[in-house]
Amino acid sequence: MPTRAAVAIIATVIGVFLLFSFKTPAQARPKTPSADVAQASPSPGASPSGSPSASATTSPSSSSAYKDGTYTGQDVQNQFGDTQVKITISGGKITDVQAIQLPYDRQRSAEISQFAAPQLHDEVLQAQSAQIDLLSGATFTSDAYAQSVQSALDQAHR
Amino acid sequence: MAIQSLPARDRRLRVEPVMGTVISIDLRDEGVPEQAIDDAIEWLHAVDRRFSPYIHESELSRLGRGEITVDECHPDLRTILDLCEELRLESEGAFNAWMARADGRLDPSGVVKGWAVERAARIVAEAGGWNFAISAGGDVIARGAPEAGRKWQVGIRHPHDPNAVAATVAVTDLAIATSGSYERGDHILDGRTGEPARELLSLTVAGPSMMLADAAATAGFAMGERGIAWVARRDGYDAYGITVDGRVRYSDGFARLMA
Repeated sequence: MPTRAAVAIIATVIGVFLLFSFKTPAQARPKTPSADVAQASPSPGASPSGSPSASATTSPSSSSAYKDGTYTGQDVQNQFGDTQVKITISGGKITDVQAIQLPYDRQRSAEISQFAAPQLHDEVLQAQSAQIDLLSGATFTSDAYAQSVQSALDQAHR
Repeated sequence: MAIQSLPARDRRLRVEPVMGTVISIDLRDEGVPEQAIDDAIEWLHAVDRRFSPYIHESELSRLGRGEITVDECHPDLRTILDLCEELRLESEGAFNAWMARADGRLDPSGVVKGWAVERAARIVAEAGGWNFAISAGGDVIARGAPEAGRKWQVGIRHPHDPNAVAATVAVTDLAIATSGSYERGDHILDGRTGEPARELLSLTVAGPSMMLADAAATAGFAMGERGIAWVARRDGYDAYGITVDGRVRYSDGFARLMA
């Protein structure tokens, strides 16, 4: 079905523009981990359970308590699928998050493509001429997303 | 892949898990001190400690348990409760911070996040930031421009596929908030019935204030399809909704942002 094919292609193309997924190695600037050492407070971190409120208990994280590097978060599974992120820490602070996996509702996505495909097709054309800087939508507010970020962060503790 | 995002001329991205979500600040001005970003992030943590319904010792939790009165809380709480009440009346009860949770506890989160992020934006602006974007779990404030000659491009997530966008808008000095039933399940309850809101898959609101855009998206989503028009009746606000039966409806002003 042409509709589905179009959506599949779009999904691939738009995936490049996922929020936070921008690759900015050239822009990676030396951060100055200055006076904020004083704010350091060890955080117990979110429990890796699947409970819906787990991520909401994330405690204040301290910027300077982290080792620079790249850390892959937990693959957090819920009824919607897998969520997994990779974070980059530079100068003791998170300077990038890339989504490795995000939940994708295949069945319902096919349903909605019936109406959304023409519009999505336009978006591909648009995407080729202009980048998407930000995404508005609930993916990044999901508990699974915050949990995966937190679990990556937990690994970065000094 | 064929498409790469263009390298930004100057870009500082900071990401922070806070308020039960992940907040990012994307700053494009060179002259703004790093401390401004630190201050904005610390402000968000302070709000969380005070107003989170999930933190046992937060003022909000203690208020909910009747341990303290509103007058004993930080004055900001009064601001938030007033806004909640205003929205409850305006939305004919669809937005109800006292019925937003299944357990009946007070939960003004639908208002707090937008309000807090707006204040965080003010911190960055007062430090000389003109061109920056803040994303709070998919709710966006876009100020100025990402680079000379173009506006911020904000994709509106496809409700069933996080790798696809349903629409794209080009904005400057505007906030965009989206409420959806996806991923957290039926997480928005209709304040009139206490039942999950079911008519819309997602509702996106664009307008000058993130606090109002966020709250209007929550309230409008709870109202269902007529929430699209309800939002658009507010001066300066526009809405884009996707219905559960797969239709897209949006206001004229929103169409102009997509053009």
